[in-house]
Amino acid sequence: MTHDLIIIGAGPAGMAAALTAAKLGLKTVLLDEQPRPGGQIYRNVATVAPEVGRILGPDYLHGRTLAAPLADAGVDLHFATTVWDIAPDLTVSALSGGRSFQLRAPQLIAATGALERASPIPGWTLPGVLNAGAAQIALKSGGSIPSGKILLAGGGPLLLLVACQLLDAGAEIAGIVETSPASNRRTALTHLANALRAPKLLAKGFGMMWRLRRAGVPWFAAAQDLAVEGQDRVEALSFTSADRRHRLAADIVLLHHGVVPNTQIARLLRVDHDWNDAQLAWAPRLDPFGETSLPGFRIAGDGGAIAGALAAEAGGEIAAIGAAQALGRISSEECTRLAAAPNHALRSQLRIRPFLDALYRPPDGIVAPSGDTIVCRCEEVTAREIADMVKLGCLGPNQTKFFSRCGMGPCQGRICGLGVTSILARELGTTPETVGAYRIRAPLKPVPLAAIGQLDPAKMESSK
Amino acid sequence: MFKLMPGSDPGPLVTIDVDGRALKVRTGVSLALALMEVDIVPLRRTPVSGAPRSPLCLMGVCFECLCEVDGRRNVQSCMIEVADGMRVRLATGARHLEAVK
Repeated sequence: MTHDLIIIGAGPAGMAAALTAAKLGLKTVLLDEQPRPGGQIYRNVATVAPEVGRILGPDYLHGRTLAAPLADAGVDLHFATTVWDIAPDLTVSALSGGRSFQLRAPQLIAATGALERASPIPGWTLPGVLNAGAAQIALKSGGSIPSGKILLAGGGPLLLLVACQLLDAGAEIAGIVETSPASNRRTALTHLANALRAPKLLAKGFGMMWRLRRAGVPWFAAAQDLAVEGQDRVEALSFTSADRRHRLAADIVLLHHGVVPNTQIARLLRVDHDWNDAQLAWAPRLDPFGETSLPGFRIAGDGGAIAGALAAEAGGEIAAIGAAQALGRISSEECTRLAAAPNHALRSQLRIRPFLDALYRPPDGIVAPSGDTIVCRCEEVTAREIADMVKLGCLGPNQTKFFSRCGMGPCQGRICGLGVTSILARELGTTPETVGAYRIRAPLKPVPLAAIGQLDPAKMESSK
Repeated sequence: MFKLMPGSDPGPLVTIDVDGRALKVRTGVSLALALMEVDIVPLRRTPVSGAPRSPLCLMGVCFECLCEVDGRRNVQSCMIEVADGMRVRLATGARHLEAVK
C-alpha cells in the first residue's frame, strides 16, 4: 500500500475530499489530468486573469476556497497525470511525463465529474460546432472567446450561463435556439414547490434570462429539427420554431443538452449502475457515503449523479469521511456527526434538481437520434445504421462494435455511449437497463506502449 | 475560430511548428485552443472518410483534437499546454502502408 486514500479528479468533489481526508489524518494522494486544480467547473481558478475572473463571477471564484489550501494540506498532488487503469484490487496505473507509475490504497474515490451530453444533429461534426462547455473552458483557461457570429442551441442552465459570460466578454451572440419541448414546463411545474425553497438558484436563472433579453439576443423556443449547414466549417443553423423554418448564419454553433456523469472508471471496475430516467443517464449505485458495489471504491460529485459544484463539494467531504471510518480512523458516531453538515448542504443543493431536470429534459430526438445523423463520431456510424443493426439481431451496445466498429474509436464511447444505448432500447422496445452499456477496458486513455512495458511487475507497489 | 477577449493582454508569445509553418501562439493555453486561435481549421481529417473535424469538447472527452506532437501520435492537444518549439503535425486521414521493396 502506498497510501490510505487515492482520489482521482481535482474538481470540487476531489479537492473537498482531499482536504477532508488530510484533516482526518489519512495519507492521501490526489491525481488529475490537468496541470492545475479546479476540474472543469473551477478550471484555472487559482491563476485566472482578474478581468476573466470578474466575468466568470463569484460562483466560479468560490473554487479558490478549495484550490488555495490544497498546496499546504499535506496531500500528495500529481497534476498533468493521466489515470489509465484501475485493477479490481484498486491498484491505480497512471502516466505522467511519459512514464507510468502505480499507486495502491484500500480506499479510492473517483471524482471524475460530468461530461456534456452529446447533441447529435445533422452537421454536428463540422468544424465550428462545439459544446457550450468548451467555449466556457476557453474563457476560463485563456480568456479566449469564439470569433464571429455565435449561436447557442439546446437547453439547460449552462447554456444560459455561457451565453451571458460570452456577452460580458465581448462576443457576438447571434441567437439562442432553445430545444426544450414546450411540454417540459408542465412537468417542471409539479416540482416548483421544492424549487422555490432554493430561491437563490431560481433568481440566478431568471437573472440570466433577463440579461439576455435586455441585450436583445434573438431567442427561439421549442425549436425542432436542428441542422448545422456548411461545407468545411459551420455556415448556418436551420431549425423549426413556432411552425416556421429558420436559417441563421453563424460561424460558431455551441450545443448543449445538459451534463451527464462520467462513468468510465465506474464501468471499468464493473460496479452496479442504474438508469436514472429523470437525468436520462447511468448512475453508479452508491451508499450514503458514496461507496459503490465494490468495497473501498467510492464516487463523489457529478460522477454519481448530476447535482452541481456545491453538491459535489459536500459529496467529496462525505466520501472522505466514509473512507476514514472504513479505515477505522473515526468511530461510526463521529462519522455521523462529521457528515451532518455536508449532508445538510447536499440536501439543500438537491432541492432544485428535479425542477431543472424536468424543465431541461432533452428532446427525444437528441437522446435517441434517428436518420442519417452521425452518432458515433469516431467511426462515423449513423443513427439509421445503429437501428438497422437491431433488425440483424443486435441486442446491445457491445454487439454494435462487431457490426460496425461503433464505439470503438479513440473516444471509447464517451460521446456515443448514451445515444447508442437509447437508440437500441427504442428499437428493441425495451429499457436502457436491459440493453446495457459499453464495456470499458484499460487503457482508459491512449498510452504509449513503452509506458506500459516500463512497469516492472517486481517493483509494483501492489505486490508488496 | 477563437480569439483573445477584447482588452485582454495576450502575454508572451512562443513559436510552434505546424506542418512546417512557424506560428506565433500565446503561452498558458492548451495546444488545441492555441491552434484554433490562429485559425487552423480543420484541426484534422478523419481516418474513416477524410471528413474535416475540429475540437468539440476541449476537456479530453471527444478526441477530435488528436494530432502528432514532437513525434508522438494521437496526442489530445486539448490536454497539453503549448510549449516553445513544439512540433505539431496535423492528421490528414488514414495512415498508408508503404509497399515493401
